[in-house]
Amino acid sequence: MSVDDTRTATAGTTAATDEVATAAVLGALASGARPDRPSGLTTSLTFGWRALLKIKHVPEQLFDVTVFPVMITLLFTYLFGGAIAGSVDDYIQFLLPGILVQGVIMITMYTGVTLNTDIQKGVFDRFRSLPIWRPSALVGMLLGDAVRFTIASVVIVALGLLIGFRPEGGPLGVLAGVALLLLFAFSFGWIWTFLALVLRTPNAVMGVSMMVITPLTFGSNIFVDPSTMPGWLQAFVEVNPVSDLVTGVRGLMNAQPVGDHVLVTVLWALALVAVFGPLTMRRYAR
Amino acid sequence: MTTAIETAGLVKLFKDTRAVDGIDLQVAAGGVHGFLGPNGAGKTTTIRMLATLLRPDAGEARVLGRDVVRDADEVRSRVALTGQFASVDEDLTGRENLVLVSRLYGFSRAGARARADELLDAFGLSDAADRQVKKFSGGMRRRIDIAASIVVTPELIFLDEPTTGLDPRSRNQVWDIVRAMVSSGTTVLLTTQYLDEADQLADRISVIDAGKVIAEGTPGQLKASVGASALHVRLLNPDDRPRARAVLERALGTAVTEDPDPAALTASVDSSAPAMRGIAALEATDVLVAQFSLGQPSLDEVFLALTGHPAESAGTDDEAGAERDAAARGAE
Repeated sequence: MSVDDTRTATAGTTAATDEVATAAVLGALASGARPDRPSGLTTSLTFGWRALLKIKHVPEQLFDVTVFPVMITLLFTYLFGGAIAGSVDDYIQFLLPGILVQGVIMITMYTGVTLNTDIQKGVFDRFRSLPIWRPSALVGMLLGDAVRFTIASVVIVALGLLIGFRPEGGPLGVLAGVALLLLFAFSFGWIWTFLALVLRTPNAVMGVSMMVITPLTFGSNIFVDPSTMPGWLQAFVEVNPVSDLVTGVRGLMNAQPVGDHVLVTVLWALALVAVFGPLTMRRYAR
Repeated sequence: MTTAIETAGLVKLFKDTRAVDGIDLQVAAGGVHGFLGPNGAGKTTTIRMLATLLRPDAGEARVLGRDVVRDADEVRSRVALTGQFASVDEDLTGRENLVLVSRLYGFSRAGARARADELLDAFGLSDAADRQVKKFSGGMRRRIDIAASIVVTPELIFLDEPTTGLDPRSRNQVWDIVRAMVSSGTTVLLTTQYLDEADQLADRISVIDAGKVIAEGTPGQLKASVGASALHVRLLNPDDRPRARAVLERALGTAVTEDPDPAALTASVDSSAPAMRGIAALEATDVLVAQFSLGQPSLDEVFLALTGHPAESAGTDDEAGAERDAAARGAE
């Protein structure tokens, strides 16, 4: 009897019940021929699809890319606006690109937390036992996160426009700024994938992430011009990649000269992937 | 005989624990090979090494003729793994999980959907297909997990304690699936804590304890070394136990062990006839018997017979936890 015969003979009897039909299992086994091996791009995009499915089933996880950015944008604009720039209107032109960077950088840490949770549940055992391009599970995850970062960016920019942000660079300038930020965030995410594989619990990942993100975002030019800071802090702000990113995004959005800050940001992004990509994969392949 | 799995001196260390301590294994292609042992014996760790998820610290392993370290990718494309804990995404639905795995194996979108439907149907999961896996029952979860493992029919499948925690009906369903896999030519390496499961399914059994193989053979050979059944006797008065033990040992001609229960005794017997002789011999004395029973030897009794000590959970009950501990300390 051919495979197809087995299947048609049993298909009708099994559909409605909770029973395992041995003949149908045999049929399924017999028809499990192997397709051609998919490309790394296909498998990465498939994992990206998985990340989007998770958003669909657990929409609460969009909280951190919607409510949180709204909160910090409103808080910092109205808290510091008057004191720092004399008026909220003046300050938001300066602050919004920075708070956009801050918001997205802060939510990158959920990448690590999610991955760590995933690994503890065992589903990564399945992924790691599949004959696919090894980094694709992680790349796909970061691609899915890029969607979350985009949502956060849209929320922050839209809110900014609503409360007085008037970017000189126009829509193209804003898009270019967001694109630069997304590139950096994707690369930055590799730090968290690495931590997620090294640390034991999601809480530990969260804790270490905060320790890294807090100085990087607050010790930068996001909120104020560094010229009033003491020398040692200026030195840190100067070498902090987030400062280059902020200057780049701010310049692109407000049509100001960006100097070499965009280039430096891109180089940082490449360097982060070059260092933490292989480190992550080494742990992953263990 | 073709060899499906061949290992020599396989070792895996977690911190100071030798989770797997020199395992030599020969598994023939076709049929079911059982891996029997208590929690923490090293079963899961061994399987994870064979499935290329863990790198051995010493020794060699070849799966379907491929080295698990050097040809890991080739091994991965020919084996499948069903973990002790459901290795499917609990947030996704059953159908989405199968489509996901199918896509990762290279099926087209339409092909993946068709394959998912076919498997859902065969495993009796059509009705639950669009529910999230976290809402599945234990038996359904195990079935979706096995279904995901045969999206592409593997030459060899590792089933890690596929029935632990399942009710009898679900357990029988899994057994049926295992038998179907065998009859379609897939080699199955099955770990279990249950002697009767190994007895039901396995052609050969390796008994593993504290990271070592301590016995190997067919279920028949193994049971012969243990005794086919276990006679349990419980006395009315614990003070009679030494006397009852002597009487039973004389009647049965084998060693009788004293249980933790101060009034209970256990002996392994080949069949019911000697057991009845033993009870009759007790009856002839003035020792009062509260109850007696004849049953399959438990895993403990197998271990007692093979090692002289009962099965111990070797501290590292959670092997994955120990592994993460080691990872956290930066051990490679």
